[in-house]
Amino acid sequence: MADPMRIRAQAAGDKTTVRVLMSHEMETGQRKDSAGKIIPAWFIQEVSASHNGKPVLAAQWGPAVSKNPFLQFTVKGARAGDKISVTWVDNRGDQRTDEATVS
Amino acid sequence: MRPIWTLVVGAAMLAGTPVLAQKSAADGIAEYRKMLEDGNPADLFEAKGEVLWKQKRGPKNASLEACDLGKGPGVVKGAFVELPRYFADTGRVQDLESRLVTCMATLQGLDATEIANTPFGRGEQNNVTALATYVAAASRGMRFNLPQAHEQERRSYEIGRRVFYFRGGPYDFSCASCHGEDGKRIRLQDLPNLNKNPGDGIGFAAWPAYRVSAGQMWGMQLRLNDCYRQQRFPYPGFGSEATIAVSTFMGVNAKGAESIAPSIKR
Amino acid sequence: MNPIRSLAALWLLAGCAAGPSPADLDRQAVAVIKASFRDQGIAKVDRLNQDLEQAACSTPQPPAPEVVKRIEAESLASVRWPAGGRYLGDWREGEKLAQNGRGMTWTDASASPKDNGANCYNCHQIDRKEISFGTIGPSLWNYGKLRGVKDAADPAAAPVMQYTWSKLWNSRAYAACSNMPRFGHMGLLDEDQLRHVMALLLDPKSPVNQ
Repeated sequence: MADPMRIRAQAAGDKTTVRVLMSHEMETGQRKDSAGKIIPAWFIQEVSASHNGKPVLAAQWGPAVSKNPFLQFTVKGARAGDKISVTWVDNRGDQRTDEATVS
Repeated sequence: MRPIWTLVVGAAMLAGTPVLAQKSAADGIAEYRKMLEDGNPADLFEAKGEVLWKQKRGPKNASLEACDLGKGPGVVKGAFVELPRYFADTGRVQDLESRLVTCMATLQGLDATEIANTPFGRGEQNNVTALATYVAAASRGMRFNLPQAHEQERRSYEIGRRVFYFRGGPYDFSCASCHGEDGKRIRLQDLPNLNKNPGDGIGFAAWPAYRVSAGQMWGMQLRLNDCYRQQRFPYPGFGSEATIAVSTFMGVNAKGAESIAPSIKR
Repeated sequence: MNPIRSLAALWLLAGCAAGPSPADLDRQAVAVIKASFRDQGIAKVDRLNQDLEQAACSTPQPPAPEVVKRIEAESLASVRWPAGGRYLGDWREGEKLAQNGRGMTWTDASASPKDNGANCYNCHQIDRKEISFGTIGPSLWNYGKLRGVKDAADPAAAPVMQYTWSKLWNSRAYAACSNMPRFGHMGLLDEDQLRHVMALLLDPKSPVNQ
């Protein structure tokens, strides 16, 4: 099971800023190890976020995204106590979902 | 993921105009570093370290919650800014990482020698790094105040000062070659003067740190290890007396400086 | 505080009020250093055996004047002059060497000069087009031009040629505790590589002298 994400969601008026730190390697599939063998590609392919169960963000990522990526987005109309859920799926088919409460 | 437009803006700033090229390059890099501060992946290691501190592990199936980091068993807050210091149970001055290994051995029954011989980034060393990040984070914003009451602590400072100035290897480098003067830099990397207090959040006060370019969390032991590699020295033993002494030297010099560890670096 | 411990503390203070002497600490520090490092790759612990220059310059204060004189004289005497009196190579190769910071670490496969860079931009400004330069050493922009070198073959340029070559070969010939590595003396660069670096600095056609 992959390491948990760190999610912070802060409401300011009508806008809630969500900051997500994901724990994930990133390999483009172009690098070679010291023995000369290609290191297989390994990266997050899809990211989705929902607010109280309703989808608010869908993203398609690729090998250009950094290792341990940081994502920030704003959700309109969220209030303190609401739930923000973030999911990533990678090219190996692994996934991780974490949740945070809007403060 | 950082939007593509911020990358383009950053690149435009680096290009600059020929006359102001140097200033805008430095400004551009400073701005890039500021952007990196939000969402420091060190938070992920801090979270992992907290789990490891409380988790029952090893042959003794015990947690580290009774570990004495210098302020009493289990006291984590404030411990980081008083290390290295003397420990009566081991009879020597220890830094954060060697002290964590001591606790992992005595409380959890893990093999201290094996951990010290494990390369950085592998096996239990990853856990030591995460634990060091967690302990450092608990002192974020506090000011360095290493004890020098014990004779061994004062000796460690004196030895550390001599280690700092020791010139050797094919390049004749010492720590002081790069870190002994104000206002110097290697390429575009500013160098703190570690012979004195370099200020809040600088030098000793900034490590452990997440190295973005390497995608790695570095404790002070790894930071010193890579310094020595670039000094063209042989390999410093993990938690060796020279590395602890030079940490004492830097930590005592940094008295009163605010710790920003775990920070983020290029 | 425990009364027994406080008594012991008083003994300690009374018995060894002075603590170890500075000379003791100097010896202890060398022993600590030697015990703290191990071999790795091409970086062996014999690198910690200091020669006269390294040992004399391992304090914040400069060494005694007679020691300074001795170091500078011995360093100048150690310089090996280039074969055939040919000082300049190709400044293009010199720029590549100046940009190259590799070599001599435990992650480098060999200690052979041909695998080493000259590391120059780490500490010096050289060609002004390169904005990523260090400030540990002085700027070398217009190095040859500022010293009036219009023709490298002109005998009038000989002193500058010799000074620069010997500075590169063994920097301590002119500054006993120089921060600059001794590129020739320590076998970091070979003659041809040094000629290329010389050309970068002194060839009137080098971009450094425009």
